[in-house]
Amino acid sequence: MVAPHGVTGMLGEDGIHVDMQHLKSGEVNLGTSIMAINFKDGVILGADSRTTTGAYIANRVTDKLTQVHDTIWCCRSGSAADTQAVADIVSYHLNMYGVTNNEAPSTQVAASLFQELCYENKDALSAGIIIAGYDPRHGGQVYSIPLGGSLHKQSFAIGGSGSTYIYGYTDAHWREQMTEQEGIDFVRSALQEAIKWDGSSGGVIRLVVLTKKGAVRHLYLPDNGYTGPGVTN
Amino acid sequence: MTSIGTGYDLSNSVFSPDGRNFQVEYAVKAVENGGTAVGIRCKDGVVLAVEKIITSKLLKPGANKRIATVDRHVGIVSAGLVPDGRHFVSRARDEASSWRGVYKGPIPTSALANRLGGYVQAYTLYSSVRPFGTTAIVAGWDSEAELAVDGQVGTGPSSGSGGKVEGAKGGGPGLYMIEPSGLYWVSSTSASASSPIYHPNPTILPGGYYGAATGKGRQAAKAELEKLDLSSGNLSLADGVKEAARIIYVAHEDSKDKEFELEMSWISSVDGPTKGRHEEVPKELREEAEKAAKRALEGEDEEEEEKMEE
Repeated sequence: MVAPHGVTGMLGEDGIHVDMQHLKSGEVNLGTSIMAINFKDGVILGADSRTTTGAYIANRVTDKLTQVHDTIWCCRSGSAADTQAVADIVSYHLNMYGVTNNEAPSTQVAASLFQELCYENKDALSAGIIIAGYDPRHGGQVYSIPLGGSLHKQSFAIGGSGSTYIYGYTDAHWREQMTEQEGIDFVRSALQEAIKWDGSSGGVIRLVVLTKKGAVRHLYLPDNGYTGPGVTN
Repeated sequence: MTSIGTGYDLSNSVFSPDGRNFQVEYAVKAVENGGTAVGIRCKDGVVLAVEKIITSKLLKPGANKRIATVDRHVGIVSAGLVPDGRHFVSRARDEASSWRGVYKGPIPTSALANRLGGYVQAYTLYSSVRPFGTTAIVAGWDSEAELAVDGQVGTGPSSGSGGKVEGAKGGGPGLYMIEPSGLYWVSSTSASASSPIYHPNPTILPGGYYGAATGKGRQAAKAELEKLDLSSGNLSLADGVKEAARIIYVAHEDSKDKEFELEMSWISSVDGPTKGRHEEVPKELREEAEKAAKRALEGEDEEEEEKMEE
């Protein structure tokens, strides 16, 4: 069934349910497991690394954690092209903000720019984005923008197809004021679980830890059960 | 050329050979005839005050306000041509609203002053327009509280965000003055785009002037403002209101023949009397300040008389 003009996705046989994950033929999909959490000293972002076109893995070492300012990053899910474009535009505006106002943009500014783009262009986009940022005044913050373009401030956020398998796990195991190591272990084990069950997620686990010390990348490989090597920069 | 003068003052954007722009200088003259306006930046708020000359006894007292609210946290007073001032305020409101549209939060006072400075400067460039016949004082309080993104759902961890740096506050009072040339002054901020990752104390130093004055009585007003030692940051908002009233009365001494109304507004910190909003100073408080101002002036007169007797 062909969807009416301006509606994204395909109407199901019942004519009610819409497949919001619908992609144009050949479009690269981030069938994904992403998450970001608050911890004692800031925030941690995490993602798997699988990019697919249908059943084919187009990239097994994708970087879905994208920097949009010094200590403002995002996790991308949905269409690779759409989310890259949105992140590029936000990155441009945040850099302009820093220069014209002589002050680094806050995570709130980044979140509102992402939301404006995702909401105003909701009919054309397939993008589920988690924004996490750190600044000395506000500390670490996590925002989630799901498909419709709403904005949610959360203690932690999970997203992508793989996230459906870890709602229970994350809800049971996330705690306020975790230490950095506890936070890293939590994100890593949650993503490991999501990768285990979700066919569209896989590859390596990438993390970014955002604190007053700046951004630190981590990498965990499947070869050793996602235990290392850890910090890579 | 048959006209009188050099001809360098006939159009905007034309320099005289010695590097002056006469149209802008004439606009400054228009400001110098306007009622005195002052702004005082205090440690816990900002005050605006203006001497509104009564041009007709048929005008309703308190009507035709000269101080305008631009956004919840910003107020503007201008000296000079009133219609130009109104247009300026209208533009300021548009800028504040457009900022909210993009960033889902209040515009920082410094950013508003920057945009308005650019707007006014553009009116010195084209032959189809004339410069603003106003000097505007822009006052604001940037919230020191953590602001949510407008429309967001949820609040994050119940224990608050982790990793906040002790003493890393933001916000505070801002006071700017924009002249017909588009000129305005800013103070530097400790945060900068080049080193945005970690500031031991990234408090945004309150921007612009400690005290600003424009209009007819600006010289007398500036002399009084300088006596207040505003840079030490000790003056409270409550005292600032009294001083602002007194300064307007002092500045009015030279045009005593004209009647005037005192108009005052203030913006306090989030935990002060206006809760970070720009509001008119309550009538009782203003009248009290006016009484004190009159007493101070009479006191000065007596002192002078005593000196004469010596």
